[in-house]
Amino acid sequence: MNAWQFLITHRAEVLAATREHLTLVAASMAIAAAIAVPLGLAIVSRPRLRAIALAFASTLQTIPSLALFGFLIPLPFLGGIGAHTAIMALVLYALLPILRNTYVGLTSIDPAILEAAEGMGMTEQQILFRVRLPLASSFIMAGIRTATVITIGVATIAASVGAGGLGTFIFRGVAMVSDAVILAGAIPAALFALLADFLLGLVEHRLRVA
Amino acid sequence: MLTRRRQRCQLKVIQKTSDVTKPIIEFEHVEYLISTSSSRPILSDVSFRVYPGETIALLGRSGCGKTTLLKLINGLRRASSGIVRVREQDVCAWDLIQLRRSIGYVIQEVGLFPHLTVCENVCLVPSLQNWPADRMSSRYGEVLQSVGLSPSVYSHRYPRELSGGQRQRVGVARALAADPEILLMDEPFGALDPVTRAELQREFLGLSRKMSKAIVLVTHDVREALLLSTRIVLLEAGRIVASATPSEFVRLEHPIAREFLAAAELATGAQV
Repeated sequence: MNAWQFLITHRAEVLAATREHLTLVAASMAIAAAIAVPLGLAIVSRPRLRAIALAFASTLQTIPSLALFGFLIPLPFLGGIGAHTAIMALVLYALLPILRNTYVGLTSIDPAILEAAEGMGMTEQQILFRVRLPLASSFIMAGIRTATVITIGVATIAASVGAGGLGTFIFRGVAMVSDAVILAGAIPAALFALLADFLLGLVEHRLRVA
Repeated sequence: MLTRRRQRCQLKVIQKTSDVTKPIIEFEHVEYLISTSSSRPILSDVSFRVYPGETIALLGRSGCGKTTLLKLINGLRRASSGIVRVREQDVCAWDLIQLRRSIGYVIQEVGLFPHLTVCENVCLVPSLQNWPADRMSSRYGEVLQSVGLSPSVYSHRYPRELSGGQRQRVGVARALAADPEILLMDEPFGALDPVTRAELQREFLGLSRKMSKAIVLVTHDVREALLLSTRIVLLEAGRIVASATPSEFVRLEHPIAREFLAAAELATGAQV
């Protein structure tokens, strides 16, 4: 049986797994963005917090994904088996690209623009929200885009903690030594990643100024 | 409510101090150091006054401290010692946000906000001061016309859609929008091609004569200083070495003034 035949015969199952996958990714990205973007705003004028936050997010990135899922299982409340553990791990992975891009976007603004803003009597808050943030929006979106593509891939490992998703087929296929079953998980995941990359790329482009 | 009352108070202050006989900007023995350990101060013992209606050109070479001097007026830099007064009040005692909103500021790189349209750029300070929309739009029309641009044509354009000269005009319009008594300009025409620069200088001259504002203009171009200013303050290595009207300036014997004039004459000679 090849991958195509498997997809046809198991289409309901594949569709359900795709939906699970989408939910995992969407929930993780929403939470990660809700943490990383405000944190990015906060670290612009706080060098110590910046060093800590960026070091923390970078360190998280170095933990192998399978190990991170493994570490989270025994944790009380936060961990365990199921989607919430997977989402937590995915959020931790997604923090760095969003945080870094937000920070870079907010700080790589033409100094002349910031000087004009200050010289015209804008308060620090006004400069942050009315100048820096709008000018950084395409950078922030680029971070979310990168994080989403990574998360779609990493989310396949979520099956290892019982969170479902397209990874289910990959793990099953590995156990069955069946390329067809592995591909039934891998191909939809890859297509999903490409589609997300394309759509978020459009958003990023629209936000770009000058 | 409170802020509106404060604004009204400040309006009264402004009307009171618009007296032509009183300096609107005053420097008293101002010194500026980057750090206490550095050997040479950026500015030392700078004293001068600017009266309403004057256009002062701060003339000097790159690195002579003229831009720093300008930034002391709107509090972007703080004097290490000495006093800078604006409207007879020490800059240190001003609410800097309010002070800056009452001073027009034009810089060489223009610094237009790329994510805002021409109209939004120009109306920025009025919008920060919560002007009503109709007053804002009529003011927008006025200032854009005064810098020679059609208000309706440019209203919805973004800075990237403008030429360098148009951007600089919008920059001047933005600085004038809230009708400040003081206008600070840091090499406003420096980045333009010579033809556009001459055109803008001529227009600005007409505009500045009409407005009767106190204008402080930073320049390294002696011809610009002679053309636009009512008084030239010559800076060298952080000190004021001469202060003279344009007609006096050309007759100055000071070697640095002569250097500037000679260099300019050389340039005119080369053009002919």
